[in-house]
Amino acid sequence: MTRQQVLDLYFMDARCKLIELAAFLDRLDRSEGAPDFRFEAFRGALAALSSAPSERAKAVLMSLSDPTLEPLDAAPGKGACGAWPGRQV
Amino acid sequence: MRYIEPHAHMVSRTTDDYEAMRLAGCAAICEPAFWAGFDRSSVHGFYDYFCQLTDYEPKRAAKFALPHFSWLCINPKESEDMGLARDVLGIIPEFLKRPNVLGIGEIGLNKNTRNELEILQAHIDLAAQHDQLILVHTPHLEDKFKGTRLILDVLKADSRIRPERVIIDHVEEHTVGMVLDAGFWAGITLYPESKATPARAIDMVEQAGLRNIWLNCACDWGRSDPLAVPRTAVEMARRGHSAEAIDHLVYGNPLRFLSQNPRFQLA
Ligand SMILES: [Zn+2]
Repeated sequence: MTRQQVLDLYFMDARCKLIELAAFLDRLDRSEGAPDFRFEAFRGALAALSSAPSERAKAVLMSLSDPTLEPLDAAPGKGACGAWPGRQV
Repeated sequence: MRYIEPHAHMVSRTTDDYEAMRLAGCAAICEPAFWAGFDRSSVHGFYDYFCQLTDYEPKRAAKFALPHFSWLCINPKESEDMGLARDVLGIIPEFLKRPNVLGIGEIGLNKNTRNELEILQAHIDLAAQHDQLILVHTPHLEDKFKGTRLILDVLKADSRIRPERVIIDHVEEHTVGMVLDAGFWAGITLYPESKATPARAIDMVEQAGLRNIWLNCACDWGRSDPLAVPRTAVEMARRGHSAEAIDHLVYGNPLRFLSQNPRFQLA
């Protein structure tokens, strides 16, 4: 596809998601109380998005991923939340 | 359009979904064993589930002239209970004889624990002993990258395992390369929120090529779309891909992988 074709097919969809993202961040700003680790993880993912020169989807996924290789001794539960708590500073 | 749905949990779908998939061009459905949304209390629950996968669901699919195939295992979400997992592994061989069973799956990891790894290795051993195809589930979200690396290490360490007979499912942009580079097949799962969207799936295929990749909807009791594969085929057409390329991805590729088991016959 040409860049023009990509814009024709996907610009409105991406615009919609971009505004949703902005509104989510505004909503977080207006809310009260301490956030959990997902807040910092999300900011880290935004930084990965804006700094990656290419392969941005991969960079965002990696910023939210557990980078370690050691198996856990026990499962902390069954679910996943979308961000790795170990990355918090 | 014709396509094969290689990964769908039809036990949690309605009969209307079977009909809709058939109307959309589905030529066959394959159903891996998975977590029911709750933990089964004993091996008897799995016995009944395997009967459902190998007897009842094929009959339900046949009402719409749809061949139905299944994969058997205890899923990683219930593998933390090693006693239960060993009991379930013990009953799988008798079900491998049933005519719609294609292999062992979907095995893999969930939270990347030592117990899960041990049961994953036991499943791989079972598959090797019975010369079965393998379908691997990779973990969700933040656990996927680590889990995929651990799974690849375990598979590569077993010299009996031929990568071309193993599909590693639910790949995303950060895992698809390592799976294909190691010689395994890769599955891209189309979900509304997690895993991949149609647009991202096609992006991955455009970059990796049409080689050993299949698409699946993995529809289950959660938010999911049983028509996600044909929807993605339409999205490919919108991008200008040829009918041949689309057919190669959504029909030819799953046919090529699944036909490694001679039981996979389309009517
Ligand atoms: Zn599944």
